[in-house]
Amino acid sequence: MTDHTTTEVTEESEEELAVEAALESRHGHPSDMTYVGIAFGLAVLTAIEVGLYYLKASTETALTLLVLMAIKFSIVVGFFMHLRFDSPVLRRLFVLGIVLAVTIYVIILLMFGILHF
Amino acid sequence: MAEIAAHPPAHHADTHHQTSTGISNEKLAMWAFLGSECMLFGALISTYILYRHKAVSGPTPHSLYDIPFTSVSSFVLLMSSLSMALAVAAIQRGDQRRLRVWLSTTALLGSIFIGGQIYEFTSFIRRGMTIKTNVTSGAFFVLTGFHGVHVTLGIIMLLSLVSLSIRGKIPQSKAEIIEIAGLYWHFVDIVWIIIFTVVYLIP
Repeated sequence: MTDHTTTEVTEESEEELAVEAALESRHGHPSDMTYVGIAFGLAVLTAIEVGLYYLKASTETALTLLVLMAIKFSIVVGFFMHLRFDSPVLRRLFVLGIVLAVTIYVIILLMFGILHF
Repeated sequence: MAEIAAHPPAHHADTHHQTSTGISNEKLAMWAFLGSECMLFGALISTYILYRHKAVSGPTPHSLYDIPFTSVSSFVLLMSSLSMALAVAAIQRGDQRRLRVWLSTTALLGSIFIGGQIYEFTSFIRRGMTIKTNVTSGAFFVLTGFHGVHVTLGIIMLLSLVSLSIRGKIPQSKAEIIEIAGLYWHFVDIVWIIIFTVVYLIP
């Protein structure tokens, strides 16, 4: 009987802790309206990208498109995926993966003569 | 000792527990999985870049793209990331009704995106470009097809979460489940951000 009561109390306190953890994880995260603002910004950036596509194709246009792509990528990863607010361990893990992937594939494309410096 | 054996810490796993990193194992595993997905999509995007001007016969994707249509699809997928972020915020506040609304909205927007992709593929095949037409079309179909499969799996995952939520199996204390599903969905979105620019917009 005592064991049963102790288990129930432990489960309840764990539940409370988990709810606190869920609320705590909201701490510092953007509000709903901020998310809407971020999505609006992403939509505007996409519209600019499409507008640039219809301009004369040039190296400058391609570079601008790549910069806009990187900005959109960073916004989604930083705000929607909460990497800006989460543990630095996750940030390091993801950035390391991205840098490694980009480096490897740029080297391969250089080897095949697709990219030139 | 007998007490420990009688009450194994099984229920610890579904709430939260201490780890040496301070991050739950499930969340860390999802980030590690996303890291491996970066390598997969990096390889597929590189292959497309490698073969984009190597076609010797038949139409190429660039001659068939419908940019206004794909732009709308991209906008739809971007907005699905917003609804996913709102779903995560809702469960963290314990708002089950809004959680279900936003998860369903995300699944619906994802389905619209997939519908658009099926229409695009069908249109390309009708105009003579199949996966076997040339190396460029092959690389294009494999890359965008793989992405489409990821979105489809995401939609199945979202609908499963809606079903679990209806049955009351996702309390506020398990908000991290939705957060982890959200990470996958946002990743699928950022892959499309890259594909849209590198494959569709840069000539």
